[in-house]
Amino acid sequence: MSVALRLALLFVVVGCVYLFLAQPYWFPAGASSQSGLIDHQFRIALWVFGALFVVGHLILIFVLSKKSHADRAASRGSWRLEVTWTLAITVIFFWFNISADHLWSSMMPPKKLGGQIDVEVTGAQFQWYFRYPGADGIFGRTDAQKFARPDEGNPLGIDPSDPAGRDDIFATAMIVPVGHPVQLHLRAQDVVHSLFIPAMRFKQDTVPGMEILSHFTPTKIGVYEIACAELCGIGHYRMRAVVRVVSEEEFEKWIKAQEAAAASH
Amino acid sequence: MPSSTTLNAESRRSFLRRNLFSTDHKMIGRQYFFLSLAAVLVGAWLSLLMRIHLVWPHAAIPFLGEIKPENYLAHLTMHGTLMVFFVLSTVPQAGFGTFFLPLQLGTQNMAFPRLSAAGFWTALTSFLVLMAAFVVPGGASGAGWTQYPPLSALASAGPGQGLGTDLWLLSIGLFCLSSLMSAVGFVATTVRHRAPGMTWMRMPLTCWSWFVTSILILLAFGILLAAVILLMLDRHAGTSFFLPGGLLISGKAIANSGGSPLLWQHLFWFFGHPEVYIAILPAMGVTSHLLSVFARKPVFGYKAMVGATLAIGALGFMVWGHHMFVSGMNPYAGFAFSTLTTAIAVPSAIKTFNWVATLYGGRIRYATPLLFSAGFVSLFITGGLTGPILAQPALDTYLHDTYFVVAHFHLIMAMAGLFAVFSATYFWFPRMFGRMMNERLGRLHFWITLFGAYAIFVPMHLLGIAGHPRRYSDLSGVQYVAAMAPLQKFITLAAIVTIAGQLIFLVNLFWSMRRGPAAETNPWECGTLEWTPASYATNEGPGEWRPQVNHGPYEYNVPGVEQDFIMQDAPAS
Repeated sequence: MSVALRLALLFVVVGCVYLFLAQPYWFPAGASSQSGLIDHQFRIALWVFGALFVVGHLILIFVLSKKSHADRAASRGSWRLEVTWTLAITVIFFWFNISADHLWSSMMPPKKLGGQIDVEVTGAQFQWYFRYPGADGIFGRTDAQKFARPDEGNPLGIDPSDPAGRDDIFATAMIVPVGHPVQLHLRAQDVVHSLFIPAMRFKQDTVPGMEILSHFTPTKIGVYEIACAELCGIGHYRMRAVVRVVSEEEFEKWIKAQEAAAASH
Repeated sequence: MPSSTTLNAESRRSFLRRNLFSTDHKMIGRQYFFLSLAAVLVGAWLSLLMRIHLVWPHAAIPFLGEIKPENYLAHLTMHGTLMVFFVLSTVPQAGFGTFFLPLQLGTQNMAFPRLSAAGFWTALTSFLVLMAAFVVPGGASGAGWTQYPPLSALASAGPGQGLGTDLWLLSIGLFCLSSLMSAVGFVATTVRHRAPGMTWMRMPLTCWSWFVTSILILLAFGILLAAVILLMLDRHAGTSFFLPGGLLISGKAIANSGGSPLLWQHLFWFFGHPEVYIAILPAMGVTSHLLSVFARKPVFGYKAMVGATLAIGALGFMVWGHHMFVSGMNPYAGFAFSTLTTAIAVPSAIKTFNWVATLYGGRIRYATPLLFSAGFVSLFITGGLTGPILAQPALDTYLHDTYFVVAHFHLIMAMAGLFAVFSATYFWFPRMFGRMMNERLGRLHFWITLFGAYAIFVPMHLLGIAGHPRRYSDLSGVQYVAAMAPLQKFITLAAIVTIAGQLIFLVNLFWSMRRGPAAETNPWECGTLEWTPASYATNEGPGEWRPQVNHGPYEYNVPGVEQDFIMQDAPAS
């Protein structure tokens, strides 16, 4: 039984290590300025904690051997050992914690993002709405309870009496120019949702009653899926949208066309 | 066995009084055991339905037909609720604890026997109320076991958010009361009713775990009870604790205003994280206990183990924010919560080191309880090491609410917890039911469950790394998620085999209860008091048992002592 148990555990270790090296499913290619840093930190985590997993199991397999050592049989403990392994594991864990917290602080929103693009994202059962402030750079006031008319092109309920809202631009996809920081204004109309853009390594809940500011900087042109990551009801699984990262020229062209369209209303 | 003259009034009472409405801790412990067994069967069945629906959405289940998306969410909510509350916080603590805490401490009964009994009947009521949600209009709640408002606060937010959610809240409110009633007895028994000579440092580590867990229950379940009442008021009394203004749900304006959805999350996780330790501390205690018994060695670093248990209990209340890194909580709080969470990994690691050191050099007896305890250590290492990764907001930003988290907590809490429950069942079955379980079936059950647990939950890490969000009832809504269907299929197949393998355990359990070979008084040659012949006298009801404790709980292979172990109540040498 001893041999069988140790072989079984060895098999488990080999299987796990194989799976994490073969990586049949893995991160999507990163497409934001923070994706490289996060991937790097995760790789460190995998090596450190993967090594602890392997070593921990090898030790477990070793102590499960059937050989009896009468001299050690009565050992009740050793403060020297306790202190040693406590210090060792504390150093490893906190070294990792400090390096990851360092990364977290670098992901914090800076006071001022240069050349930022403002996009408001509103989660509602079960879709995402994207809004741009238009030429005036100001989002129009909204009151969903009073003015929301999804079938009349005003799903967010922009107050018609607010001039700032007249040039606001709506989109069903988040369109952003490559290389510019995107300042997100995250809101929710009904329940908690979560804006998850795996390629950007971005996730932030959208909470009713709050406007949460968050940001990312896309670095690669392409189309990337958005998923909802907070249970929001029966359509949670299909609350999908995309981020379309385009060249600066294309973005300018698109935004000009939208502004012209908004002005003609 | 005692002679008939030692039987007291209790035992002469009616059959119902003795078997159903008993205030004897052994009967109540068994009642909790069967309650959890019922809950785990329903919970496992629901997980099976979910796994099948996920990969074969149009498969017809016998008697049930096709599973609809709203049913999936109801199954998910009920699976989580049943497993967390009625299995993982019930059987290791209220089940085995109520049965064995008094016996291991050398006392007749729980300090407040009627309160213990009331606790069980409240728990049973709570379970029935929860089950009733399946058959009410709209079905069971679909907001997940975390019940985040506004989804959970408004009946119009989805099917199951009406009566189903009211029943959920009522059930959990009752469960909180039940846990509080039970825990008060645990604390009082441990502090006041220990046998003469049973000093704090002679208590088995199981008792230490039950004691610390009871304190966590007293502090945490009160918070949940308050939160559940507040949410109920929001739903029916027009208050707005968790509801902000301006809500528009499926075209309907909601009148509430002024509340905060984040307040619920803080209250819930201030309960919810200690809850994780409420589930796992008794499992740790059982593992420490059994590794020592089956390695025939004293627990390595007993005092360090006690210290680690206390440290986990204390730190457990300071880490709840790690569930909320992307909730909209101030990002600066992330530093505090990530650091405190990293800190709690240290006592957990200390425990692991001591378990391994306890095994080292022992004359290990490879019985089924030892297999499951070794499995616990393995799963605890595997599931535990993803903890410090998830504790970092920078990484959790990506991994939060993905299958990576599902893999993490299922390995460390659900699977490790279940392995401890299995080892405790195989180990204490002879004391609880007077017969032995079948070893051969026990081993077969172990192999299937060990490989099954790893085959189900390790691949889930990869799904999470690839960005698969959790709580998706269907894979077709998002393209990159749909691409992961092959691995989801593998996991479903592994789950079917693993859950089917649990039938072996059920057969073994019920067959052994009736036909298993009669157990000896102390079949595992264990030194703690629940195995002394005199303790069996209390089987017939509270008698005159008052042992004098002279030894520590783990006196195995003591140098200079002839026999292999020393009972705690053996005469002092």
